[in-house]
Amino acid sequence: MHELSLLIGGKAGFGIDRSGEIIGRLFNKIGYRIYIYRDYPSIIRGGHTFSIIRISENWIAAHQDKIDFIVALNPETLEIHKSKIKKDSMCIYDSEQTGPVPGSYCLGLPLSRFIKEENAPDIMRNTCAIGALTKALGIEFGILKEILEEEFRQNIDFNLKVAKRGYDESRELIKIDPLQQESLPFLTGNQAIALGLVKGGLNAYFAYPMTPSSPILHYLAGVANDFNLDVIHPESEISVILMALGCIFAGKKAAVGTSGGGFCLMTEALSLAGMAELPIVTVLGQRPGPSTGLPTYSAQTELHFALNAGHGEFPRFIVAPGDAEEAFYWSAASMNISWKYQIPSIILSDKNMGESVFNLDMNMVEDLSEEKFLSWTGESPYKRYLLTENGISPLAFPPAQNAVIKVNSYEHDENGITTEDPGQTVQMQDKRMRKEKFLTQHLENIKAVNAYGAGDKDTAILCWGSNKGVCVEIGKKLGIRVIQPVILNPFPVTQFKEALSGVKKLISVENNSTGQMAALVNNHGFDVHGKILKYDGRAFSPEELEEKMKGVIL
Amino acid sequence: MKTQDLRTYAKNTWCPGCGNFAILNSIKAVLKNLQEEGTPLENVVLVSGIGCHAKIVDYIDTNSFYSIHGRATPVAEGIKIANQNLKVIGFAGDGDAYGEGIEHLIFAAKRNADITMIIHNNRVYGLTTGQYSPTSPLGFKGRSTPGGSIEPPMNPLELMLTSGATFLARGCSNNIEFLQNIFKEALNHKGFALVDVLQVCFTFYNMYQYYEKKVYELKEHNAGDYSEALKKIREWDYHNDSPIALGVFYKKESVTFEERLSGYRSDKKDVESGIKKALSKTI
Repeated sequence: MHELSLLIGGKAGFGIDRSGEIIGRLFNKIGYRIYIYRDYPSIIRGGHTFSIIRISENWIAAHQDKIDFIVALNPETLEIHKSKIKKDSMCIYDSEQTGPVPGSYCLGLPLSRFIKEENAPDIMRNTCAIGALTKALGIEFGILKEILEEEFRQNIDFNLKVAKRGYDESRELIKIDPLQQESLPFLTGNQAIALGLVKGGLNAYFAYPMTPSSPILHYLAGVANDFNLDVIHPESEISVILMALGCIFAGKKAAVGTSGGGFCLMTEALSLAGMAELPIVTVLGQRPGPSTGLPTYSAQTELHFALNAGHGEFPRFIVAPGDAEEAFYWSAASMNISWKYQIPSIILSDKNMGESVFNLDMNMVEDLSEEKFLSWTGESPYKRYLLTENGISPLAFPPAQNAVIKVNSYEHDENGITTEDPGQTVQMQDKRMRKEKFLTQHLENIKAVNAYGAGDKDTAILCWGSNKGVCVEIGKKLGIRVIQPVILNPFPVTQFKEALSGVKKLISVENNSTGQMAALVNNHGFDVHGKILKYDGRAFSPEELEEKMKGVIL
Repeated sequence: MKTQDLRTYAKNTWCPGCGNFAILNSIKAVLKNLQEEGTPLENVVLVSGIGCHAKIVDYIDTNSFYSIHGRATPVAEGIKIANQNLKVIGFAGDGDAYGEGIEHLIFAAKRNADITMIIHNNRVYGLTTGQYSPTSPLGFKGRSTPGGSIEPPMNPLELMLTSGATFLARGCSNNIEFLQNIFKEALNHKGFALVDVLQVCFTFYNMYQYYEKKVYELKEHNAGDYSEALKKIREWDYHNDSPIALGVFYKKESVTFEERLSGYRSDKKDVESGIKKALSKTI
């Protein structure tokens, strides 16, 4: 047994999401590497929700179309996912609700009746099903018990009793043997981003709820006490970013998180951050638009928005992590880079990146810590916008004795006082843009473009962000190189050119309808020879991408 | 920090006769007074929006954040969140705070953010050369309403009172000494304080004579009484010809947003072990 894909589905409100995570942890505890894809509608109750839990001995970051095991909490689940079911797929279903499903691999259990007999609420049907699943997978009950004890602080005995009932009534369909490798932390991309921000020195997080970034707000609010964070949910995204800028002016490291619509509201203040040189880090979780679009699905449509958001010209740092390790590392690095250069950073995520569940192997994450930024040493007079060789002026925060600290949205002189003088205007614009030049040089020493797989083929896949997992998997299978720029601005031209060495045919794989990454590399003088674009809100599966790639290669 | 006259080298570009001079001189006097009473000036941060009013931060030699139109309030709140020892004073215009950024005032009042907002209410857009504003009277002939504005004005103090503001006052640029006293009281107030200053725009809406005739100082008014405050606030609706009361309408001690926030803060911060703990929980 090297790999398995399992789907659990039911009505929204059934607790499918949490059940998916518990099942993931069950495999994680016995040494498997996990990826969970979550699919849910933009409604609270009703509608169909499912999670696909894929396990492997090796690192994975994509879900498959074909399912080996299905846990159906309602009859619709079997119907909706019919095309994913193979001849020998196993299943567990509630025989009280669903008619007999043929096939010796299918296990119909009267879950609803068990729940009634245990006097348990309907929501505990999940726990009962997970108990039955544990037995069906040949996993010891003790492992599930441990997880449930960690997951459920309240009603633990009740939950254990119901899980045990499911376990006892079930039978083994397959034996999932424990692996002799260490279990790894197992978390969503959003959690990895949140912890990365903390690692980079976060003091305060401001956000207005918006899918797919709200979980960062929820997570940080939950751990605020451990990290002495202020986590604040103000009246709008406009207030979010302006409060954060006020906070930063006063010397606290702050970040904000949102999605496209909220980011639209933030752009005026993003431009203020560019002018006033305030280091704000923004997490931009993409989802399909335009406008409200598909709120709970995924897209990669804000690349050019992020590159161009805000009026006027100012430097910015943009990064698009592709898995939990990169999410953690680059969130911390973004904080450091923002503060070092006093520029805004944007972490481009999306629903698949933020809400999918990944393993996080800290051994794979390059060590980094909160870095020191350029501080005022106390010599008088203080000038907030002191002209320097690299454009970076020393920072001071109120209250600072003998310093008057003035930041300004208007063009300003070195002291931060408004000016309309043509000479000073040019001087200050050059000062701000000079920082980009030094940032670009700095980034040459950081791995900004990842390349995976065989180097001898002349075809390569170009991907970014959450498509990393599926592209690396298919690249490996087809023996073609995968090139993933992680830093998108300033664009790492030199590193990208090196990664392309020997490539004659570059195929861009993206979740948008126009090929935004293809256009970006094109702007920098690189040709893209084909585009595989998917913009139905769903993630590429390896099967789907393989088929499309084969079509392009031939 | 220089303590003399708090002046900067920025050239003052307000029109001669502008009511903003009264606000500038009053706040400078109050800042000096604060300093004499033991608050170091470096503990003060001024925030402004965009408009004629906003130039005030260029003219005072102290920490400042010259922000964008309508957004002085959240910037001021953010500064106070970051450091509760700072005295944060926001300046905003009527178009600025009552128009584009009105939601921020409502929420700052609702959460009782510990900031002082001084509204330069000239009831006209000055810097954009004379359009009607949220507090212009019905029928106001401005450049965007040549036939007269077809919207009655809002009463910002009434809105602020119902939103939860804990200090509400009105001043007028005609009387500097009185303005100073109000500013001083507003700055000493713990919680959200707003001072609506009827500031004469000499160029686009010169109400000097009108205010001279209409204003009176509140006497024997119980500022601790919500109903009495509401009644007084409603006396003049920014349109009718009623007498215009100046002074403190409402004042109430209440827990501030920042105090509540502090209750959630911890002094522990070990990032490394915290992250390790958070990760190990997920295994």
